[in-house]
Amino acid sequence: MSQSVIQINNLYKQYKNTETFVVKGVSLAIAQKEIFGLLGPNGAGKTTLLSMMCGLLKPTSGKISILDKSYSDQKTEIHQNIGVVPQEYALYPTLTARENIAYFAGMYGLKGKDLDQKTNQTLERLGLLEFADKKIGTFSGGMKRRINLIAGVLHNPKILFLDEPTVGVDVQSKNVIIEYLQELNRSGTTIIYTSHHLSEAEHFCTKIAIIDRGEIFACDTPKNLIQNTENVSNLEDVFISLTGKQLRDDV
Amino acid sequence: MMMYKLWQSVKKEMLLLSRDWGGLVILFVMPLVLVITVTLIQDSSFKAVSTRIEIAFVDNDKGEISKTIVDNLSKSESFVLVSVNEQELQHLVFKGKYQMGIVIPENLSSDLQNRVNHNVEKAISAFGLGDDSNTEENHFSTKEIKLYFDPATHVSFKSGVQNAIDKIVTQIENQSIYKAFQEQLSEENSFFEQESLIVFEEILPTTNSEEPKPNSVQHNIAAWTLFAMFFIVVPLSVNMVKEKNQGTYVRLLTSPVSHLVFLGGKIITYLIICLLQFYVMLFIGKFIFPYFGLIALEWTNLGLLTVVALFSGLAAIGFGVLLGTYAETQEQSAPFGATSVIILAALGGVWVPVFAMPEIMQGFAKISPMNWGLNAFYDVLLRQGGLSDVLTDIILLFLFFAATLTISIIYDKKKRAV
Repeated sequence: MSQSVIQINNLYKQYKNTETFVVKGVSLAIAQKEIFGLLGPNGAGKTTLLSMMCGLLKPTSGKISILDKSYSDQKTEIHQNIGVVPQEYALYPTLTARENIAYFAGMYGLKGKDLDQKTNQTLERLGLLEFADKKIGTFSGGMKRRINLIAGVLHNPKILFLDEPTVGVDVQSKNVIIEYLQELNRSGTTIIYTSHHLSEAEHFCTKIAIIDRGEIFACDTPKNLIQNTENVSNLEDVFISLTGKQLRDDV
Repeated sequence: MMMYKLWQSVKKEMLLLSRDWGGLVILFVMPLVLVITVTLIQDSSFKAVSTRIEIAFVDNDKGEISKTIVDNLSKSESFVLVSVNEQELQHLVFKGKYQMGIVIPENLSSDLQNRVNHNVEKAISAFGLGDDSNTEENHFSTKEIKLYFDPATHVSFKSGVQNAIDKIVTQIENQSIYKAFQEQLSEENSFFEQESLIVFEEILPTTNSEEPKPNSVQHNIAAWTLFAMFFIVVPLSVNMVKEKNQGTYVRLLTSPVSHLVFLGGKIITYLIICLLQFYVMLFIGKFIFPYFGLIALEWTNLGLLTVVALFSGLAAIGFGVLLGTYAETQEQSAPFGATSVIILAALGGVWVPVFAMPEIMQGFAKISPMNWGLNAFYDVLLRQGGLSDVLTDIILLFLFFAATLTISIIYDKKKRAV
């Protein structure tokens, strides 16, 4: 693998008026063209860590460097080069698919023929071209997920952050999404991804970090993680062996 | 590039609004219905009422005074006197059949005349001019004109009628005094000039030698246009809360666009809406009101009116952005927005003029942006004021906009830095 595009050193996060740290001393180096899976049970600190990587939250201490830049002084430059696909359908339901895409891509400076061409190509690739001028509010969950993805990638980000991009979608939509993400990765995009679908992550990711109670317990390729854990045959077994079987309900 | 992003934001806001029929009704239809309804109702406060009010009347006097009261009230074209007996009168008024009843006591005219004659004779003899055999002390008991009011009658109506009757009686008394003096002095009728020396002339601000008459249309267009503009607080704050809950705001926070561009799109869009509301209201006032029998709205300085509308709109938008930033749910923003606008309108003098408010509320009115806007509109529409007259108010409106926007940005930044 080549040089790191994300470098995290000794990162801590404690929310105001709380006593516990939700992220505790995390250090990570994510290489270019990696498909990096961030896996962990509910409340493990995945979303907080991802939010800090996207510049949505400020760390309590520690350092995050994205493409050798820091959020403290080069936020706009970093944001120009990353794409974020939130877990929610972050779309306007009364706007059409094309209007949503045009607006979000416009925020990255895409316009004119270039925008139209890219929009049509991506919509066609994800099987949505014929629905381009329909309102998002009328779309199924799988269709919304795909538009949600397009809105985050049309500007060709160098790093793409995805928070559970396949949650609640049918198998067909999931396959299209995963295949498309692999295409993006082949063309040079580094992907950071969280999911609860462990078998999907096992086959999709080139590297996986298992996080629990704010700490990284293991970080390696899926193959190495399985090989280096005793009495396991797949990633789910590794996950259970590292994080335990107890429920993680929390309010 | 920033301008392009701003344009994209404005375009998006316009699209969102154009597909929100409920929001459009709140922004355009409701204010129109409101301004037409309220103006039609309030129009009667500014001109003679077209429907006559029936007053129950008992005349136990049958003399000069009761005749004059009947003549004067009938002449006003506002009242119709209905003769009833005294027992009926009380019952009918208290049951709400008539808004008021008047009972003229027995011998009112003759007793008044006797008292006047007695006093005049005393005065004449005090000057040594007359016969003092008739000037012994006489006691005249007080006469009561009984006024009955329906308990639901408005206080201002009560005092208006009381004053009118009091004026009629005073006039009759004065005329009787003059008449008695004339008789005592054996002079002809023309001896005393009985025309009022003091008359009232209403002087109004003039432009181009034309004298505009203040009317309900000018008052209501100004007040309800402002009210409608401030009502954008509801759709604007709901729009912002929706963006937070949908996740679109998070997506924007991770894109290379400044918070000011995001807010700028909303400010420009809603400012255009405010100005559209304003021009639609002017159009309604000028061209539609006459179809309802109302006076057509007249203005002389559309440019300055637009400036006032622009700054009022900015103040309303600032408040909407502040509410949209603080509120977490639509259930918080919509009712709070609507209620707060109604309170601001009440404080600002939209319903009750500020001078008629209790002192403490007049103090609150001074810090209400709607009051600044209303004052500025009145300065231009009714007082024929210029830019210098509205400058203080529009500066205050702009400061309110700047303050609310700054607080919103600081609060949002702080909230995201948890």
